[in-house]
Amino acid sequence: MRLLIGLLLSFVVAGAIGLGSTWFALSSNLSFGALSLGAWKANPRSGTAGIDPYARAVIARNGELPVGTGDGIRFTASVDDSGRPLDGRCDVVIRGTTPAARYFTLTLYTPSGSLVANSLSRFGFTSQELVRDRSGDFEVVVSPRARPGNWLPTGGVERYVLVMRFYDTSLGIATRAGREAPMPTLTSSGNCT
Amino acid sequence: MIRWLLWIAGGLVLGGVVHLVSIMWLPRTATQDAYARLTPVAPVNGFKLLPAPTPADSTMPFMDPAFATAVCRYDLTKGPVKLSVPVSQAYTSVTFYTRYDVAYYAVNDRSASRRAIELDLMTTKQHDDLPEDEDVTAADRLIVESPTMTGLIVARAFSPEPSLLPTATAALTGAQCRPQ
Repeated sequence: MRLLIGLLLSFVVAGAIGLGSTWFALSSNLSFGALSLGAWKANPRSGTAGIDPYARAVIARNGELPVGTGDGIRFTASVDDSGRPLDGRCDVVIRGTTPAARYFTLTLYTPSGSLVANSLSRFGFTSQELVRDRSGDFEVVVSPRARPGNWLPTGGVERYVLVMRFYDTSLGIATRAGREAPMPTLTSSGNCT
Repeated sequence: MIRWLLWIAGGLVLGGVVHLVSIMWLPRTATQDAYARLTPVAPVNGFKLLPAPTPADSTMPFMDPAFATAVCRYDLTKGPVKLSVPVSQAYTSVTFYTRYDVAYYAVNDRSASRRAIELDLMTTKQHDDLPEDEDVTAADRLIVESPTMTGLIVARAFSPEPSLLPTATAALTGAQCRPQ
């Protein structure tokens, strides 16, 4: 009898710990070998056959297809440079320059990966569309209200993620530090509606 | 008391095993992964243009709205597949995924000959079975080996601005993937 209760206890603990940690790993997008440049995070191995099992599980669960390494690399930001979650009711400024790539795109998604409806039907910018200053830097204002210049509307959603994809680039598994890959800064201005 | 702690410790160890097994097993049991989402949409050994993602509806999450996308669900059981994707004005890429959504190979138009990305997709065994004396060398045609019998080929054409999306889409309508 005691043996049975002991076994049962073991199994309950195993199930709770095992499945609980799996759920936690998937919901927090845990993965190894991630590349962090400021608030931007990428997982270069996701685009290869050497993808780690955690990233694989996340991709299978979300139903997305990763960007292949011979194609490009994807960076995601869900917080600003000071670690504050991106809030669609506030103004966030993306400023700076980008690593060398033939093209890049900047897109705004809900955390689950769908586009955000807005009156302009503007879901992001491509490198060709951005208006730049004389030094080649750009500034994008992510805001619920219309702004002059590069305005990326948030539609007033509470949480969103920014995704930058670089196509035909040398960025990848060998990239280590920010010096070779200058990513734009993300600053919340504290100006909320 | 010690006995119960031992049972709990045993449970913790077993929990680690459950965790690893469930992580490894998940891609094989996922019913809403990209392959499952594309199965009703994409034909076998033929390209199908995906509708552009909108806020209300998108075939897969995190699709890049600046790209036109076409998908071919390949099946190599009857032999190798020949692939040809016309190159669009700006940027075109082709990515190969296994049945379980692992991107094992990707090329872009930089490595394309003439006006299209052309290559042959086959399993390692089919590659080994190719006659040696045949004068088709790697210079003529690029051969990609698929680790799985089925999988996905995704062709993407970039449109630098929204008004160019029809051009990018038009380029992909000429994409072909068919058995040899």
